[in-house]
Amino acid sequence: MVNRLRSFILVWIYENIFKMSVTPSASAVSYVIKPVLFIICLVPLVWLVWGAINDTLGANPVEVMTRETGEWVLRFLLITLSITPARKILNLPWLIKLRRMLGLFVFFYAVMHFITYIWFDQYFNWSEIVKDVVKRPFITIGFAAFVLLIPLALTSNKIMIRRLKKNWLVLHKLIYVIAVLGVLHFTWLVKADYLQPVVYFLILLLLLVYRTYIQRNTRSIN
Amino acid sequence: MPLIIKKTSDIKSSEITPKSVYLDRRRFMKQVFASSLLVGADAMLPAWAKRWPDLPQSAFKADDKLTSLEDITSYNNFYELGTSKTDPAKNASLFNPNPWSIAVEGECNKPGVFNLEDFIKPYALQEYIYRLRCVEGWSMVVPWVGFSLADMLKKFEPNSKAKYVEFTTLLDKSRLPGQSRRVLNWPYVEGLRIDEAMNPLPIMAVGLYGDVLPNQNGAPIRLVVPWKYGFKSIKSIVKIRFVETMPNTTWNELAPKEYGFYSNVNPEVDHPRWSQSTERRIGEPFWKPKIKTEMFNGYGEQVAQLYTGMDLRKYF
Repeated sequence: MVNRLRSFILVWIYENIFKMSVTPSASAVSYVIKPVLFIICLVPLVWLVWGAINDTLGANPVEVMTRETGEWVLRFLLITLSITPARKILNLPWLIKLRRMLGLFVFFYAVMHFITYIWFDQYFNWSEIVKDVVKRPFITIGFAAFVLLIPLALTSNKIMIRRLKKNWLVLHKLIYVIAVLGVLHFTWLVKADYLQPVVYFLILLLLLVYRTYIQRNTRSIN
Repeated sequence: MPLIIKKTSDIKSSEITPKSVYLDRRRFMKQVFASSLLVGADAMLPAWAKRWPDLPQSAFKADDKLTSLEDITSYNNFYELGTSKTDPAKNASLFNPNPWSIAVEGECNKPGVFNLEDFIKPYALQEYIYRLRCVEGWSMVVPWVGFSLADMLKKFEPNSKAKYVEFTTLLDKSRLPGQSRRVLNWPYVEGLRIDEAMNPLPIMAVGLYGDVLPNQNGAPIRLVVPWKYGFKSIKSIVKIRFVETMPNTTWNELAPKEYGFYSNVNPEVDHPRWSQSTERRIGEPFWKPKIKTEMFNGYGEQVAQLYTGMDLRKYF
């Protein structure tokens, strides 16, 4: 009796939650979900700008701006990389329609992070900036990750996808390299408390392991 | 007839004002003022509410604009109360610095254990306005209340074997909850060469802005060495030891290539991961460029002679 009840519950959870296939219509995605998500993605920036204007970012606003924009790059990166697993595990294939926008927000916050550094941190002191990029490994890899994001952002439109064909997929595999560089960049600037970078690292690792697992499985089926 | 007087057992322990709170009337007054006025609590505070409203100024005084009390007390590196800059202020109330005692040990003729009041009683307090430069690349200007470290150390009559002075922070997870995570090798230890310690600049600070040290700033007593990076200015000291060999200091032990024993402010020697040539002065508008960092944080006239003949790139 208990066993039957348990299997019933498990089947119900599987059928109704994991296999749930809520597919909003194409127009609902284009005209409701995407615009709402777009505005949500801008909230961290609005919060920072508001805080900077009203002086509510604490004693060292530049540090907060640098840190927040940088952490949002990592957060959006991990969210973007979660789309594929989320689609498969939750059986929500339409989520793919949100991935490009989320990916572009990775680039957007990377640009904000870069501008904060160039403008408010270094105040356009180019010789210092060049010295930083060349001499300081954590800045070198952060900068490398930023540069690698540029071709991805430039090719994330339908025309380029069509033109690049298979190469597009290869090119966009760079996102994994960028993610690893990004987390390293964050880890390397920490003085003693590695808790936060470790959390980012573990989430990234989980996402990468899931992908290799999926790939291996599909290969063995073929 | 109903019983009006409550039995002890009827009074919940949460209703009883902790002893430390009702004893500290001055702090209570401050809280009342702070909460009723919200901003500029210190500026609005009547002079009588401060512990030391009118102290003489020290001989060495920075002419820089003072950093606001709010910034000094809300932006701290005090990992014993949390590793983010804002943690120490948030967790400050968890740390009760009363009672406090300080042990003086090692190579000296008059060692001993003293309670805080007895320890500071012999010295005339002064206000010391010093620049504080953090190894992370920011700086403040703080009006400390304190007394000369050298005057204090001489009282204990260090002997000829006393080549260094070692300072130790309180080790107590229940009062400094940050110590329950092994981020650093607790307790925090710092040290100075004896001639550095005997220089007139370093002070033992017991207050700032004319009032007792806030917990997040290292209550009740801390070191201030203005020509060295901030982490040398150890907080909440419980032990002072005269020693013959160079002490193992906390940050130096954690990353010897990044944090030297000396850690003198030096714009020409970069931290391996960032430049030390400029600094952000806390309180300045964020859209302004950073300012240039001075050799020995601008105290070269008083301390440069301590390092003649030393390669400061090697002994960073």
